[in-house]
Amino acid sequence: MGGITLKQVRKSFGDIDVIPGVDLEIKDGEFVVFVGPSGCGKSTLLRVIAGLEDVTSGQITIDGQDMTDAAPAKRGLAMVFQSYALYPHMTVRKNIAFPLKMARMDPAEQDRRVNHAANILNLTDYLDRRPGQLSGGQRQRVAIGRAIVREPSAFLFDEPLSNLDAALRVNMRVEISELHKKLATTMIYVTHDQVEAMTMADKIVVLRAGKVEQVGGPLELYHKPANRFVAGFIGSPNMNFLEGEVAARMGAHAIGVRPEHFSMSTSQGLLSGVVGVAEHLGSDTFLHVDLDNGPHIIARAAGEMPVNHGDRIWLTPQEGRVYRFDAKGLAL
Amino acid sequence: MARAVTTRTKIGYTIAAWAVALVIFFPILYTIITSLKTEQEAISGFSLIPSFSTQSFSDVQSQNNYWRPFTNSVILAVGSTLLALVVAIPAAWAMAFSPTKRTKDILMWMLSTKMMPAVAVLVPIYLIFLRTGLMDTRIGLTILLMLINLPIVVWMLYTYFREIPGEILEAARMDGASLRDEIIHVLTPMAVPGIASTLLLNVILAWNEAFWTIQLTTTNAAPLSAFIASFSSPQGLFWAKLSAASVMAIAPILILGWFSQKQLVRGLTFGAVK
Repeated sequence: MGGITLKQVRKSFGDIDVIPGVDLEIKDGEFVVFVGPSGCGKSTLLRVIAGLEDVTSGQITIDGQDMTDAAPAKRGLAMVFQSYALYPHMTVRKNIAFPLKMARMDPAEQDRRVNHAANILNLTDYLDRRPGQLSGGQRQRVAIGRAIVREPSAFLFDEPLSNLDAALRVNMRVEISELHKKLATTMIYVTHDQVEAMTMADKIVVLRAGKVEQVGGPLELYHKPANRFVAGFIGSPNMNFLEGEVAARMGAHAIGVRPEHFSMSTSQGLLSGVVGVAEHLGSDTFLHVDLDNGPHIIARAAGEMPVNHGDRIWLTPQEGRVYRFDAKGLAL
Repeated sequence: MARAVTTRTKIGYTIAAWAVALVIFFPILYTIITSLKTEQEAISGFSLIPSFSTQSFSDVQSQNNYWRPFTNSVILAVGSTLLALVVAIPAAWAMAFSPTKRTKDILMWMLSTKMMPAVAVLVPIYLIFLRTGLMDTRIGLTILLMLINLPIVVWMLYTYFREIPGEILEAARMDGASLRDEIIHVLTPMAVPGIASTLLLNVILAWNEAFWTIQLTTTNAAPLSAFIASFSSPQGLFWAKLSAASVMAIAPILILGWFSQKQLVRGLTFGAVK
């Protein structure tokens, strides 16, 4: 039980409308990711749902109940913060048990739940340590443990992995995804990293300047971006945009081609340019190409590609892989 | 490249540091030396070698019971400090975590009261004490000392609280903590080092307070600062006794300060140094 509905939720700080009005439906058990560039209001939206910020207007329903003005603790949500926000003066055990203690739960039941959570998160050996004695990944798990024990109707994650190093981030990403499969509880996850969004989400909400640009599954956003912003934001490296004559020939103001959707040749093709930087990763080759009379684009070739700085190269967008946009940036 | 520190420069710095420390500490040292002299020696001119007579100490004790003002000092210093903390913790919490546009102004205004010369409000406070029967009472003086030091206590706690990340308090709120739980279980324990140094510094300030304690007490509530003063006027030129009284008055706070140096330094820097 953890369906969350936002109706015309608006949030302003003074004269500034951070969120001008959002409608959103999150189904029970869904893993929803809010993604967008920094300052797009994704964290604010999460904090509004959590109750840490008041809404300016609009309505928030959780499990069918109006929770717009309810205190954070009354909403039945648990939150994992970017900084972990562990209580430094308490042991791991006490940290995890804190919400249960606040709920005046029977101590035996508290112990049972803490041990269960510690077991799921591999924290059993660390229960008597303090947060200061743990590594970043372990701290993150304690923060998750503190959220799990409450058995909330939904979990809220605010950029939980951004303080971890790259390798650990990949591991924790998988762990959180597995946790979601295991618990089957609604999760709302905020990130600016579109890779996290693509790999974890059932549903992605792309935000820009407090407005929802598009809502959909990861591949839906990848294949059918609603506009130029979403097209450019989803996918790594970013989509290349070409305007002018090439676009006009295809009946569009601008066209977009993902780096992985170019056919490359050293002799002929639609677009010609000079290779600036060639990144040979073994599995892929990324070419930064300065097109003749055109913009700088990035193309990706699978496997190895024997070209280097200064080489001339021809690129042809693959059939059916060209996205067309009108002057307003909307997909055609 | 790091500057090479030779043994010779080290010795030089050490000697210089001790010399400066000696100059600063000298008045206290000389008070201690004088307290160990006989009255005759004390008035006969400058000398660093006393006869180690404890006569003055027993004279002071027999003429004017030391333990009564000592007890008063402890009650006033500790009492006013605890009272100040009870008032200041919620105040500093509000200013640190729920600031408004005027918070900075309020802080400045509070501090500005410390810039006013105490003598300016002597008459009104004297009259208030007289009319309300608080004159020469421990309770009256405790409240007054609390009020005098409150701005500093609020300021210090405010700076310490500001160092506590707001997310931790938000986490507590998400975890179901009420405002009371939040302050008792999360904020206060996390701020213990800050609160401890505030407490220590405030105890010392209250212990050393002389202006109000001398003006508003006679015997009942007179703390050690008034006790020293009582030796200076009627006993005039009895330097050894005056010194003995001074030593007895400052010894407890000197010992406390010695043992809590670390906390105090943190306190004096107003939380600027982590």
